Amino acid sequence: MFGWEFPPYNSGGLGVACLGLTKALSELGLEVLFVMPKKLDVQTPWARMIFADVEGVSVRAVDSALKPYVTSRGYGRREGSVYGNNLLAEVRRYAALGGEIAREEQFDVIYAHDWLSFGAGIAAKRATGHPLIVHVHATEFDRCGGALGINPEVYEMEKEGMEAADVIIAVSELTKNIITREYGIPAEKVRVVYNGIDETTAPKGSGALPRLRVLKASGYRLVLFLGRVTLQKGPDYFLRAAKRVIERNPHVLFILSGAGDMDDQVMHLAAELGIGGHVFFTGFLGGADRHEVYAAADLFVMPSVSEPFGITALEAMRQGTPVLMSKQSGVSEVVRHALKVDFWDVDEMANKILSVVGYAGLRQALAENAAQEAELLTWTQAAQKVGGIVHELVR
Amino acid sequence: MKSVCFYFQVHQPYRVKRYRIFDVGNDPEYFNDRGESNLNNKKIIEKVAQKSYIPTTRLILELLKRHPGMRVSFSFSGVALEQIERYAPEALEFFKRVIETGQAEILGETYHHTLAFFYSPAEFEAQVGKHRDIIRRLFGTRPRVFRNTELSYRNDLGEWADKAGYAGVVAEGWDPILGWRSPNYVYKPKGAANVRMLLKNYRLSDDVAFRFSSRDWSEWPLTAQKFAQWIGSAEGDTVNLFMDYETFGEHQWEETGIFDFLEQLPDELAKNQGIDFKTPSEVIASYEPRDEVDMPHIVTWADTDRDLTAWVGNPMQKAAIENIYALENDVHLANDHKLLEDWRKLQTSDHFYYMCTKWFADGDVHAYFSPYESPYDAYIAYMNALSDLRLRLGKRLPAPGRA
Repeated sequence: MFGWEFPPYNSGGLGVACLGLTKALSELGLEVLFVMPKKLDVQTPWARMIFADVEGVSVRAVDSALKPYVTSRGYGRREGSVYGNNLLAEVRRYAALGGEIAREEQFDVIYAHDWLSFGAGIAAKRATGHPLIVHVHATEFDRCGGALGINPEVYEMEKEGMEAADVIIAVSELTKNIITREYGIPAEKVRVVYNGIDETTAPKGSGALPRLRVLKASGYRLVLFLGRVTLQKGPDYFLRAAKRVIERNPHVLFILSGAGDMDDQVMHLAAELGIGGHVFFTGFLGGADRHEVYAAADLFVMPSVSEPFGITALEAMRQGTPVLMSKQSGVSEVVRHALKVDFWDVDEMANKILSVVGYAGLRQALAENAAQEAELLTWTQAAQKVGGIVHELVR
Repeated sequence: MKSVCFYFQVHQPYRVKRYRIFDVGNDPEYFNDRGESNLNNKKIIEKVAQKSYIPTTRLILELLKRHPGMRVSFSFSGVALEQIERYAPEALEFFKRVIETGQAEILGETYHHTLAFFYSPAEFEAQVGKHRDIIRRLFGTRPRVFRNTELSYRNDLGEWADKAGYAGVVAEGWDPILGWRSPNYVYKPKGAANVRMLLKNYRLSDDVAFRFSSRDWSEWPLTAQKFAQWIGSAEGDTVNLFMDYETFGEHQWEETGIFDFLEQLPDELAKNQGIDFKTPSEVIASYEPRDEVDMPHIVTWADTDRDLTAWVGNPMQKAAIENIYALENDVHLANDHKLLEDWRKLQTSDHFYYMCTKWFADGDVHAYFSPYESPYDAYIAYMNALSDLRLRLGKRLPAPGRA
């Protein structure tokens, strides 16, 4: 299995998905060999880790650079990341090593996560003739918020991976549609496997962070955005809805958690809208802080413009926090106990935020049902589907 | 002799439109959606009249002429009649002609199709009175048998009907209550002297209402001949077939053969010796009660629990129903006809049913008919409308952020 990041050296859903999936697959009796491009201090009892480049690379923790997610252009500007400054060069180097690793190891099926590792997957398939599964967590169209500004080289690598694959796994029907429409892949080659959530990937929080507890005690309601601050995630829609909410109910505070290429833009927007005093910018939150901020919030809002899945929605639900998600998300295809809204419908977003804030019955029903529903959406369920596909290919 | 007793429920609520918080204080109309959605009450009445009310009632009228011994009965909610009169007057004319045959009976219920019996006795009495008035005005009759909303029943309802002078009440023939007893007899409700109880034979009723077109069902296709044989072989004095009138043409489309089934049923029943049709009042007059039935807790037609949890089971439903009845005194003090009517229209049980999350998680979404995207959307529209009603009553909204 070729990946790119793995907790704790991850910055988003891809690493979390690799963690959840590999563990659940191993529990089903499938042996996973997980390959990453560079040596990192990662160990798991359930998957053997190998690193494509073991020569003297210094290992540093991931800071605000969000490698698999930024466009390659944005990536080049960042510093202090685990991988080199030229993302495309890194990806090519990884691809070249994929074939060598494949020749040295014993396995039956090749599995590659997202375009960063597709090249390695293709090389491994060429070297061994084993079947290839590619797992699409996001496409270039999602990262760019549409067809404008997509990187043609990235698009080509995605397309090559999809064409070389024996089976493509998409994280939602939404993503499957993009794969068939934008990459010309026949629908019967694409299977949908939704992501899951469990204690391994999202330990239940211990409750509110102390500072947030003080705010809540003084009668404020907290509404949370958590995600990369990029066009794809819709932080600007979040702030515009916040403006409408605050006009009506000043006892609501908005927390914007995360970092990204729109950091400056959203801070300016908050000031421009005159709601600076009601919005808190926390920067990137990781680890326990992340789960505690979910637990502290009265409502988690995921206003994504284009969201292949949206695992943060499940993370919030797991903490028993009501969720308002955009209909332009894969997770909205499986989750029933959440509020849903078109990302562009700022008025309806504000209407629903105000309703959750104002009506205790709604908060309570959403919280109880969401927590129950999150228990049912497990990685084991996802791994069973993946396992089924693996067995089909090996037979 | 054994009787078949048909009772059809005719009800349509005033669905609350997509009412946003920003409409509170600006828009006092909650039920006037005129768009393409299923919240457009006018459009729904017109559609259901064309697909169900008009063709079914036309057929029944013809059958009643063809078979002088045939009987049917109806329970109309006042809010349905009001809307039918306004948006589908042709359907109302057919109903009137059926009642004029003298072969049909009309049951009593609450005008606004509410659960007021369990929340406000005074309000309940007022709604029953209002219903009596519209039945007199449109059909010139007075109901003698009472049916409470959602077939909900508790011993004190029987006691109330007894004192109010009704001949009978209807309820669900639920096995855990009946035990070894059959629903196919007349019973005496516990605590009542003269009133009698008729119980729905839910198996045979649901064979028509729910399973008729289900190809997964081992008995599919259900023919009139087969169904008549089942009735013929049932034990007891009366087989009470209670169902939504929309079963014919709306829940079961014309293409399923439901109209042919209805048309053939009287002939097929006639082939079985000793079966006749009776209205609820005739059944009560013809058969002696076999036993006393005790229902100390609320029994309804719904779900496998047959209780009220489909309406008031979750925190949203409880909050909504408590909030609406909490306004009773203020509404009466306001002494404003439109306010009173809006308040009562918001009591209709369907609103609470749309908020049910019970089976929502099982993927069994078809178990609940709802015009809303989710139970949460139903609740938001309802509570926002209720907030506006509170404003109109001169009440302050709950303190922001503290509710």
